[in-house]
Amino acid sequence: MSERGKPNELGEYRPLSYFQLMEVSLRELLVEKGIVSDAEVQATLEDMRARGPDAGARVVARAWVDADFKARLLENGTRACEAFGLDVPALRLVVVENTPQVHNVIVCTLCSCYPRMLLGLPPDWYKSRHYRSRVVREPRTVLQEFGLRLPEAVQLRVHDSTADMRYLVLPMRPAGTAGWSEAQLASIVTRDCMIGVAVPDTSGSE
Amino acid sequence: MPQVAARPQYPTDHPSVPVRFAAGDRVRVRKTFPLGHIRTPFYIRGHSGVIERYCGNFPVPEELAQMRSGLPAQPLYRVRFLQREVWPDYAGRADDVIEIEIFQHWLEAVKT
Repeated sequence: MSERGKPNELGEYRPLSYFQLMEVSLRELLVEKGIVSDAEVQATLEDMRARGPDAGARVVARAWVDADFKARLLENGTRACEAFGLDVPALRLVVVENTPQVHNVIVCTLCSCYPRMLLGLPPDWYKSRHYRSRVVREPRTVLQEFGLRLPEAVQLRVHDSTADMRYLVLPMRPAGTAGWSEAQLASIVTRDCMIGVAVPDTSGSE
Repeated sequence: MPQVAARPQYPTDHPSVPVRFAAGDRVRVRKTFPLGHIRTPFYIRGHSGVIERYCGNFPVPEELAQMRSGLPAQPLYRVRFLQREVWPDYAGRADDVIEIEIFQHWLEAVKT
C-alpha cells in the first residue's frame, strides 16, 4: 500500500518484486471480494506505522518504580500490560530481566517475530540475515558492534522467538536516576534497550 | 514416563495431546528434516537442553501452514541450550545460553 511499483520520492521507477506483486494481488482480490476495504487496509497500516517503542518504555519505567508490577510482568507479561491499560491483542509476552549477572538479547532467526504491540515495527537490521544468523552464534561480537561491551562476568542469554511467544528485555535501571519521574525514566528506555542490543544511557538527560 | 508439568505460562483451551515435560527436564531436539513450514530452526536439531518453562498448548504450525486446524494442539516449551554445546567454536562464556521455543513433538526425553 506504499508507493511501491510507482516512482519513488526521487522519481526512480523500480519494478515490483515477487513478494510485492503477491501482496498487491492478494490485497486487490480481498478488496474486490468485499472481505476488506482499501480504507481498512490503510487504517491498519497507519496504526502499525504510528506505533513506536513508547508503550514498551512506559512498561519498563513502571516496572522500575513498582516492584509488584515488575513481579507480575515477569510472571505473565500480557496480563500485566493489560492491567497497565495497554491494548496488546494477540501478544503473549515473555519479559526477560537484565541483572548484574545476566544480560538478555532477542532475535527471531526464522523471520522477524517482534513485540510490535509494544515496540512498533521492527528496525530493518532486526530483519536482516546478518543479525538473525550472527546474534545466535557470536552474540558478544554483535553486541560490541552495537557499542555494547558486556563485562566478562556477565552471562549472556539469547532468546530466539520461534513460535507463539514474543519477548521484551527489562533493562537494569541505571544508577543516578533516584527520584526521577516515570516519564523521565521512560525517556531513556530506547527500542534497542528493549531488544537487548543497548542499555539505558543517562548522559543525554539530566 | 508421564510427568506433571508446571502450570503453563499462557493457558489455552485447545484440545491437546498430554503434556510430557516439566521445567528442569532434559530433552533432545529431534534430528530430522521434513519438508514444509517448520518452526524448529535447523541449527538446534539434534542438540539437547533443559526445559526452561512450559508456555501452553498451541496449534501445530506445520499443520496450520497447510490450512488445517493444527489440532490437537501441542505443548510449547522454552528450552535452554548451552552455547558451547550448540557451536563447538563458541567464543563467549561457558555458561552463555540460547533459549528457543520448541513444540513437544520435536522433543524427546534424555535419560539422566
